[in-house]
Amino acid sequence: MKTYLYNSHVELGAKMVDFFGWQMPLHYGSQIEEHHAVRQASGMFDVSHMLPVDFNGDDSKRFLQLMLASNVEKLDQDGRASYTVMLNENGGILDDLIVYRLASQSYRAIFNAGTAQADLDWISSNAVSEFNVDIRPRHDLNILAIQGPDALTKSSDLLGTTPLEELKPFRCMESNGFFIGRTGYTGEDGIEVLCGSEQVQVLWKELHDLGVHPCGLGARDTLRLEAGLNLNGQDMSQDISPLESALGWVVDWEPEERQFIGRQALTQERTKGPDRRLTGIVLEGGIMRAGQEVRTDSGTGVITSGSYSPTLGYSIALARVPVAATATCRVVIRNREKEGRLVRPPFVRKGEKVHK
Amino acid sequence: MSDTPSELRYTKSHEWARLDDDTVVVGISDYAQDALGDVVFVELPVVGDDVTEGEEVAVVESVKAASDIYSPISGSIIRVNELLDEQPELLNSDPYGEGWIFTISPTDSDDYGELLDSNGYDEFCSSEENEH
Repeated sequence: MKTYLYNSHVELGAKMVDFFGWQMPLHYGSQIEEHHAVRQASGMFDVSHMLPVDFNGDDSKRFLQLMLASNVEKLDQDGRASYTVMLNENGGILDDLIVYRLASQSYRAIFNAGTAQADLDWISSNAVSEFNVDIRPRHDLNILAIQGPDALTKSSDLLGTTPLEELKPFRCMESNGFFIGRTGYTGEDGIEVLCGSEQVQVLWKELHDLGVHPCGLGARDTLRLEAGLNLNGQDMSQDISPLESALGWVVDWEPEERQFIGRQALTQERTKGPDRRLTGIVLEGGIMRAGQEVRTDSGTGVITSGSYSPTLGYSIALARVPVAATATCRVVIRNREKEGRLVRPPFVRKGEKVHK
Repeated sequence: MSDTPSELRYTKSHEWARLDDDTVVVGISDYAQDALGDVVFVELPVVGDDVTEGEEVAVVESVKAASDIYSPISGSIIRVNELLDEQPELLNSDPYGEGWIFTISPTDSDDYGELLDSNGYDEFCSSEENEH
């Protein structure tokens, strides 16, 4: 499958790769340059492979309260958004997503490309007749993420909005046919814009003319990793709970009578105490990669995402380790142990190093 | 189109080799560095190690993945490019110059001549491209 920006990517010399059936840009020459552009100025990502789904109908809220681990009631005004997860009965993570309240009983959620179809199937199978909810996948919408310290000033005029700064983080609005959320996946300020296919092509070109750097999936991955943001299918999966994925904060236990899917299993795990936790690791003298073994004084763990941090100049990783593990660890890279340090993500905040 | 200097020899695993008096200098080709993307870490061979042709002697890590570097010929490792510890990106910016990785003293001086010449290597790269 191709997004409506496919030709633009190819014209810019992108190295295209298959990503869950989508032809997506990995980079346009240098992944590291793209990374720095987002940390220091602005970059844009075509993320139209992700799937927006709209929920409308009198029972939309009640339905999402069943489907999501966070309490949708907390979105107490139109235009509010929150990060959340959708669980299975065992408390495993099916997907992570941002849910936006468009209006009373009208919500939009954006699902990951790799799990979109399975998510839709799961949602449909739970939308039994007692719920008056219309579930509409928005394949007609494209998504552009514009991220970086200059992202808002570069985008304001093009989107025809009053200063975008007035849109607070995790809020959304509509303007001239654009749906704009002040959200992102890079740890920088920025927005995500949803719009039709002609609009997205024009917007991409206009942003490019203004010097917003096109960025591929490669930079997206190192940026989110520096920001300590999980990637579904890598740092979390349907076999692992949010409590073991550093996402306990997402789960709303109150009110107690809200019986969201996965609650029972999570409650048991919470009472017993999770065995593992997701942590950050920093290491110099090698590059950590997913799957490598992590040895700690409390037992072994595994790297779930590892790479090189362009901002820091050394390797960073997320790893699932025994709950009691602290301080230092040894990561096994090509049969040799390298000393690493356990740290709490993020690694980079607003372009600055977090850990000394 | 990548750059393939005609005065060098090449391997099918994308190393280049240059005869420099009695020793052979080794690096990775322009084609290889382009395919790898931004190089961020190089694990150098150990000076003094005796290695055989095709043996894994070094590792080049790009942002995306780790790739083994194989010795083009048998011999012993004489020098390694320690500049790469601090500036691994030299493999991208100057693969045939400052981005050299190691030098080796060949066990058999005839081995060098058996490596691919630039035409042979270019042909090999195009055939690889066509397979993908």
